[in-house]
Amino acid sequence: MRPTRRSLVRLSNIDKRFGNGVLALQGLNLEIGEHEFLSLLGPSGCGKSTALRLIAELGEPTSGSIDWMGRDERSSVHEIGFVFQEPTLMPWANVFDNVYLPLRLKHISRSKAEPDVESSLAMVGLTGFEKSYPRELSGGMKMRVSIARALVTRPRILLMDEPFAALDEITRLKLNNDLMDLWHRQSWTVVFVTHSVYESVYLSSRIAVMTTRPGRVMAEHRVNMPYPRTEDYRTSGLYNDYCRNVSRSLARAMGEEEA
Amino acid sequence: MSEEAPRQRDRSERIERWARVILPATIGTLTLVAWDLVVRINQIPHFILPGPLLVAQSLWNDWGTLLPALLVTLRITFSALAVAVIGGVGLAILFAQSKWVEISFFPYAVVLQVTPIIAIAPLILIYVDNTHVALLICAWIVAFFPILSNTTLGLNSADHNLVNLFQLYGASRWQMLRYLRIPAAMPYFLGGLRIAGGLSLIGSVVAEFAAGTAGQGSGLAFRILEAGYRLNIPRMFAALVLISVTGILIFMFFTLLSHLALRRWHESAVKREN
Repeated sequence: MRPTRRSLVRLSNIDKRFGNGVLALQGLNLEIGEHEFLSLLGPSGCGKSTALRLIAELGEPTSGSIDWMGRDERSSVHEIGFVFQEPTLMPWANVFDNVYLPLRLKHISRSKAEPDVESSLAMVGLTGFEKSYPRELSGGMKMRVSIARALVTRPRILLMDEPFAALDEITRLKLNNDLMDLWHRQSWTVVFVTHSVYESVYLSSRIAVMTTRPGRVMAEHRVNMPYPRTEDYRTSGLYNDYCRNVSRSLARAMGEEEA
Repeated sequence: MSEEAPRQRDRSERIERWARVILPATIGTLTLVAWDLVVRINQIPHFILPGPLLVAQSLWNDWGTLLPALLVTLRITFSALAVAVIGGVGLAILFAQSKWVEISFFPYAVVLQVTPIIAIAPLILIYVDNTHVALLICAWIVAFFPILSNTTLGLNSADHNLVNLFQLYGASRWQMLRYLRIPAAMPYFLGGLRIAGGLSLIGSVVAEFAAGTAGQGSGLAFRILEAGYRLNIPRMFAALVLISVTGILIFMFFTLLSHLALRRWHESAVKREN
């Protein structure tokens, strides 16, 4: 297990109310440490995605503050990689151009960007698919392109919004393992939104459990298991214990609002 | 059984492909034969209804008169279409930049569209001295609306998450337009172009009718009017055939263009195997 060295982002007392009056988040506190794999776990509609979007500065909190450590706020934006629930690719552009997009928007020439695009594609195992169009790829491959695009700027923090929720179980497990390996080898921070207890316990170094709407973090669990994690971990008693604990906390988080 | 099924499907696909050519061709031929028979049996005079052979003959004989007229009509059609594309796309991009501009101007574009061109044409012909320009304006009015409305729709229908992604990477307004909104609008624009191509031909023919200009620089519509005055009905039919064929060719051209532009990615042009 990699120790959490220092804090990267801190969300303090965040409230978020949408234009239509819905209060999505209330009193959300969350600290994201450098190099950790943090899962935001909660029932659908609890504001997990909203919290993630606030971190990415896609929208402002109604009140509260988001503080980035150790650098000025504007530059932080370019150190973020974002993976949506859907692959969100441009259907008219081939794989290369889709991955090149973030660099193109930063006015980096195609020839200069090529090594980065290639290494990014290599990371997700899509070397050789540069000329393919999204519609020619399977669901899992599209998701890989989406991840490669998020990695191409070499972000320090990767925000993932239920990225594998729409995939079949076999593909999801494969991508889970690949993502974990990548994270383990590189020195990123990952914030991973999910509604799956099993996925979060398998992947994360820390899990933040959120309440139903208006969302806030109700409990946190550390998963003190070394990486790389394998099938052995997934079938171990320890894994089951973690799942049980996290499930209980999730049940409490959901029950609290009903009571 | 399992090997029979695909073979049978292949066969039925082949039959359908041929049927697509043969059936309409047969209907067309039968219609022409019936037309010819009706004219012959009833001994209908040429100045009321000429037979198809006579129309073909007159197309051949009058080619020297009809071709220059066709070129005039085509020139008006395509210049009107070009102006419609520039104006329609330009205005659509302006609309996409600001909701307020769209709200302010869109109703007037609709007014322009719903007023029948034949009703405005005489006014335009009065106010604009140059007949050629007047015809161009008439054809343009008809052609530009489908391009404007389709392109506006297209520019506004970029995937919301992609818009967020562009914002995340700090894309400028121009980058958003160039790399996201314009490509997303392409299928819509091309659909509008296909409609506008046919409409600009209709617009220019209608305007020529209203103008009724004679002389060297007159188009196919005037040849129809002129032949009507002279009771040269075969030539009227010949001119009509030319207009129809031109319309079909314009439509086919833009259909092909649209297919070529979208075949790599858009649902409408992608060939599916399942």
